[in-house]
Amino acid sequence: MTLAVYVIIYAAALVFLIASVVRAVRYARLPLHLRWELYPVPHEEPERVKHGGSYFEKVDWWEKPTHFNWWGEVKFMTPEMLFLKGLWEFNRSLWFRSFPFHFGLYLVLATIGLLIASVLIGTSALHACYMLTGIAGAALTVAGALGLLLRRLTDPNLKNGTTPADIFNLVFFVVVFGLLAAGYLTAGASFPGMLVLVHGLLTFNVSVDIPLVLAAGLVLGALLAAYIPLTHMSHFIAKYFTYHSIRWDDAPNRGDVRLARRIAANLTYRPTWAAPHIGADGKKTWAEIATTNPASGTKK
Amino acid sequence: MKKAPVRLDDLAGAGKRPLIHLENEDLMSLPAPLDHPSKDHNWPPLSAQAGEKFECFLDDTCAVSIPQPKTKEEEDALVAKFLSGLDKLFVKENNWSFLQPLLLTMEHCAKCQTCSEACHIYEASGREEIYRPTFRSEILRRLYFKYVKHGGMLSSWQHGAITLNWPLVARLIELSYRCNLCRRCAQTCPIGVDNGLVAHELRKLFSQEMGIAPKEIHDNGSMLQLRVGSSTGMNSEVVKDNIEFIDEDISEKAGIHVETPWDVEGADVLLIHNAGEIMAWPENPGAFALILNAAGIKWTLSSEIAGYDSINYGLWYDDAQFARVAIKHAEAAKKLKVKKIVLGECGHAHKALSVIADRILTGDLNIPRESSMTLLRDIVMSDRIKLDPSRNDFPVTLHDPCNLVRLMGVVEPQREIVRKICPKFREMEPHGVDNYCCGGGSGFAIMSGHNFADWRFHVSGRKKIEQILNAFANCTDASIPKYVCAPCSNCKGMIRDMIAYYNLWESNRIHYGGLVELIVNAMVDVKPGFIDWEWR
Ligand code: SF4
Ligand code: SF4
Repeated sequence: MTLAVYVIIYAAALVFLIASVVRAVRYARLPLHLRWELYPVPHEEPERVKHGGSYFEKVDWWEKPTHFNWWGEVKFMTPEMLFLKGLWEFNRSLWFRSFPFHFGLYLVLATIGLLIASVLIGTSALHACYMLTGIAGAALTVAGALGLLLRRLTDPNLKNGTTPADIFNLVFFVVVFGLLAAGYLTAGASFPGMLVLVHGLLTFNVSVDIPLVLAAGLVLGALLAAYIPLTHMSHFIAKYFTYHSIRWDDAPNRGDVRLARRIAANLTYRPTWAAPHIGADGKKTWAEIATTNPASGTKK
Repeated sequence: MKKAPVRLDDLAGAGKRPLIHLENEDLMSLPAPLDHPSKDHNWPPLSAQAGEKFECFLDDTCAVSIPQPKTKEEEDALVAKFLSGLDKLFVKENNWSFLQPLLLTMEHCAKCQTCSEACHIYEASGREEIYRPTFRSEILRRLYFKYVKHGGMLSSWQHGAITLNWPLVARLIELSYRCNLCRRCAQTCPIGVDNGLVAHELRKLFSQEMGIAPKEIHDNGSMLQLRVGSSTGMNSEVVKDNIEFIDEDISEKAGIHVETPWDVEGADVLLIHNAGEIMAWPENPGAFALILNAAGIKWTLSSEIAGYDSINYGLWYDDAQFARVAIKHAEAAKKLKVKKIVLGECGHAHKALSVIADRILTGDLNIPRESSMTLLRDIVMSDRIKLDPSRNDFPVTLHDPCNLVRLMGVVEPQREIVRKICPKFREMEPHGVDNYCCGGGSGFAIMSGHNFADWRFHVSGRKKIEQILNAFANCTDASIPKYVCAPCSNCKGMIRDMIAYYNLWESNRIHYGGLVELIVNAMVDVKPGFIDWEWR
């Protein structure tokens, strides 16, 4: 059984990695879109970020030095990623469910990191740390997922948008983290501990005896990890693009050779839209279409 | 009795009856003097003829007026066209312009409804389900997974089921015109999903594939502009005549000779107005001319096709029309070899030419574009013209056009000006990048077919009326004239129409106007009383 658990964990980790990379690469390789920013843009000059202003507030802005305030992005992103600041601001009641859920997952990830680090360094000094993060993480995730599930089942505002998969996903989290916590807490004296288990996993030592409930939690957890990047729950990938490539992409088309090249490539696409005023036939390029006038020659 | 919320499936229902009908009692309540449904304007239902002739079965109003197909074959052909357009939305050759934002929006909504509370249309309607920002997105999302990604049963379990038929398409066409494209919802989405973009992309599908768009923005909008130079119908001769009259009028009114320069080669500034100003609010272009001349700016207007009308309605519904008009604007500037284009008081024109067109205008067509707000701020704050704020000693509030503020980041310049020249300035709440749309955004301000104007005054503009009334809550008395400054032609039109609809000039002396009028009204060298306290 231990071998099967190891194989499933490795396979799932591989699926997670490949699916995440494929998704990220797919978005990254899409053509440059037209600008569609949304203010405030946190990499503007700090005094502008305060009111959501842009470089367009400066007379002759194109003659002024450009300013990219990295610190502004970090300052925005850190509380957003760690504490879901946007949700706190705009949907407080959801935050009380969503924050424990997400923070619980972060703690679980931290636990995995601490366990792997402990194995690699060869120490058990971090035992108290990963115990704490692991148990707190699982508890918060289960509590958050239950809160989200209850809301999804009872809030009429969510009815139209809810699909069977949305319910399934939350149940999946509850089951996985419930089993992991229960499996660990009921493991009994014969279980050598998480550090030995992770050591066994990393060294492929199949002699480690994994209790049944914990094994079920590990297998389902692995399947959950493989499943996430195949669904909308991979928003940890999407969010990079929605923020950096869309909401905050205010790069002006002035002297940036790479940008100009990408724009030029877009203008050579050959659309096939069928409405007569577009005049697309699959042969004319986007640039040709944009420089023809469908109204010229029509009655004044 | 509380009505049952509309379900997604209901959109495909074949019945020839609107899915909802709103009454004043259903809507968000307003402050005094509109603080009871009985004090609200009455609201005519859609006429029976319209219901017989057009596809108006969404919400008892009609923005697009699509003729009803006569046969099942016609319906099927329209659905087939819709499907081919749907495919094209997700193909880079056809939609490179918005493919990445659209795909991310399709694939990552967490359906948490955080965005709903940000939408003024949803809130003002009394939280009517069909106006939820996610409602149309959820339909498009299901269609995407089913027909573009060819999802089967597993996909419909994951993303939800949907029935595609002509009633659904017809209602979706109307529904794409129940959003102001203000993107306030997108600002609150924790993931970065953009439901405003969904309305935009749906409109593009309908226009670019099916040739369907409201006549006000296509036939009488972008097409007319490309044909004669302006959606007002003015050709270059007429516009020059009109400006000449305006110069005369303003000279007389201000006591300063005003002459608008035309087609000056090598000018520093090519000013492009929304030509609607020239027709409806001549004092606005007149005030601009007066200020720029007084400040010693080397400026010009252009009489080239589209060079004297900054509007670009393609922004709201059609990428090709958008690009064509933007290129015409840039060509007018290139021909005159000006240093920069300055956009007059028109929010969508600002965003269209400065932001969205930036990745279409290549080489020498990418002439710098600037907001008149910043130029005016520099003139006012540098004391190049003498101003006496006591001439503006009346309550003033400032409307933030979404396109200028949330979508372009021009927030402070106009505020610096009003703070300096209007001693009784007060903000609306919320304001700046968190503002609410005037309710006329994305073409609504010029769309008034059937009873659509009643819908926009009651629903899409309701939040703005609430904000205006709240801003003037401490001076409602009709003896105190009040001024809503709306530095955008479309917003100004919407606000004018709502003030008139609700009789707020008569009852509370609430007036409206642009920013340059306030500046000229405070100019020491100008005869006092530039702002007319008369309803127009
Ligand atoms: S668009 Fe964003 S805020 Fe709205 S439901 Fe989807 S994830 Fe939530
Ligand atoms: S873009 Fe504006 S009007 Fe449209 S759904 Fe979002 S908030 Fe509502």
